Amino acid sequence: MKLTAEDRRVLDGERGEAARFALSVIVRMAEAAGAERLLSIEQAHIDACALMSQSSLDLVSHLAEHDGRVSVPTTLSMVSLDLEHWKTLGVNPSFADKASRIAQAYQKLGCIPTWTCAPYQGYLTPRFGQQIAWGESNAVAYANSVLGARTNRYPDYLDICAAITGRVPYTGLHRTENRRATVHFHVERARARDWETPAAWAAFGSLIGSLALDGVPVMDGLPAFRPSNDMLKAFGAAAASSGSIELFHMVGITPEAPDLASASHGRPPSKAVAVTRRQLADAWDELSNADDGSPVDAVILGCPHVSYAEFVALSEAIARLGAARIRPNVQFLVFAGATTVELARRGGLLDPIERWGARIVRDTCPFHSPVVAPTARVIATDSGKCAYYAPGELKARVAFGTLGACVEAAVTGRMPRGEAPWRTR
Amino acid sequence: MANAVRLRPIVRGAVVGSVLRSDRSISLWGGVDPASGTIIDRRHDRHGESIAGRVFALPGEKGSSTGSAVLLELIRIGLAPAAIVTRHPSPAVTLGAIVAEELYGKSIPIFLATEAGFRALRDGERIDIAEDGEVRRVTAAAPRP
Repeated sequence: MKLTAEDRRVLDGERGEAARFALSVIVRMAEAAGAERLLSIEQAHIDACALMSQSSLDLVSHLAEHDGRVSVPTTLSMVSLDLEHWKTLGVNPSFADKASRIAQAYQKLGCIPTWTCAPYQGYLTPRFGQQIAWGESNAVAYANSVLGARTNRYPDYLDICAAITGRVPYTGLHRTENRRATVHFHVERARARDWETPAAWAAFGSLIGSLALDGVPVMDGLPAFRPSNDMLKAFGAAAASSGSIELFHMVGITPEAPDLASASHGRPPSKAVAVTRRQLADAWDELSNADDGSPVDAVILGCPHVSYAEFVALSEAIARLGAARIRPNVQFLVFAGATTVELARRGGLLDPIERWGARIVRDTCPFHSPVVAPTARVIATDSGKCAYYAPGELKARVAFGTLGACVEAAVTGRMPRGEAPWRTR
Repeated sequence: MANAVRLRPIVRGAVVGSVLRSDRSISLWGGVDPASGTIIDRRHDRHGESIAGRVFALPGEKGSSTGSAVLLELIRIGLAPAAIVTRHPSPAVTLGAIVAEELYGKSIPIFLATEAGFRALRDGERIDIAEDGEVRRVTAAAPRP
């Protein structure tokens, strides 16, 4: 593999142990992938900062203790803790201590303490065509597909190695030819009213993820309106959970798909699949595994982290309920980045939401931080990603529905029986 | 199984172990418990079984990018598979094994299989994989109790 003179100096340890460690991991990964050379990147997003284990702390400590320093602007995904409010969330102090040490070590490396899994809705949004190295599967799908930046799905620890060295294997979606759509999904008889919530796009994403396998999907036949950023976020997060989608194209919506021919680089996609209303409705139903009408113990919004627009939607849904409050035995958690929470506070949205009884959790994630009550047996959510992971990670059953349905469930204690949009007439 | 089966070494190492083969990909994060090596993805066909010490053969690793962290931790605590064989390249798996080697000086071998090579690995069978990927010695699968 071709290395520059500077790469060799780094590998020889002339730039310190942290840089040597990081580049040697990058080079070994490049060799394993059969890359001819490395590529310089301009930005990184780190997913490895969520506390998984002792090894997470060991790794970042090794880099920080050897004076590691990121060489490109680098944002951080969730940490395993609401860094400022963990005490009132009932988090165990020794867990908090370890998570805080990880957080401090990543900041010592020079990372920006954004602590969000939706970095594309906050700080340092990448540009079209920019080569970046991002971790966190939903963020990768969004950056590639919606923004048109170029990244592979950087697994934990390769992300920080890329940030320190500014170098990555020149493979996969960094290369134009691999961004070509290979599977064409044509949505049949789309009616705008079936697609008006992010939850509908999550169900759609879950279906496409399960059908596209290793391909790059392109969708057309979509309803004649422009989906919001939150709809595309919900789609990508679900598609990256049910499948391994790192890049998708939507004709007329995403930047590399002004039309079908452009998305598929002038050659027809190798596979064409019709998506029926029946399949979409089934995909929606499959996101729930709780029995209809079973009592809801917890509600999770913000997987990925909620945006300002979702804070607005939540406060409107609450306002529609009048004086109705959350049932005392229901835990209502809203996960968000601190920047968005601050905006919501300034926008006057936060007080009514908190007074109603919802709990805002910053910096972290329901699967990495012990904030969801371990006794919760049924979790309501509008997230396809949360619906996918909650049964395994939280040992709970899922009642999937719109944000409005989740708010109603918190008040009545039961998820309203919501027909999948595509099943209604 | 023919003796000519050869796997492509991605992270090198020789191994002896019994095969746990699944035709379903898995997300290591959310799919495998990093403290015990047990498969916790209820949608997975081997749900409830442990991958510790097995030659874990599967089409690929999918889903969240935290899979490498799960493998690194399993290697650290000695509950990793003896080896992982995939049909499709799995960067998270490769990376977990490489970082373990760099950080802890211990790791597990990772191999890539062709379709035929993958098919030739039978569930429950005890196999011996050489560092170059050659599957050298194969005994018959133990009868199921």
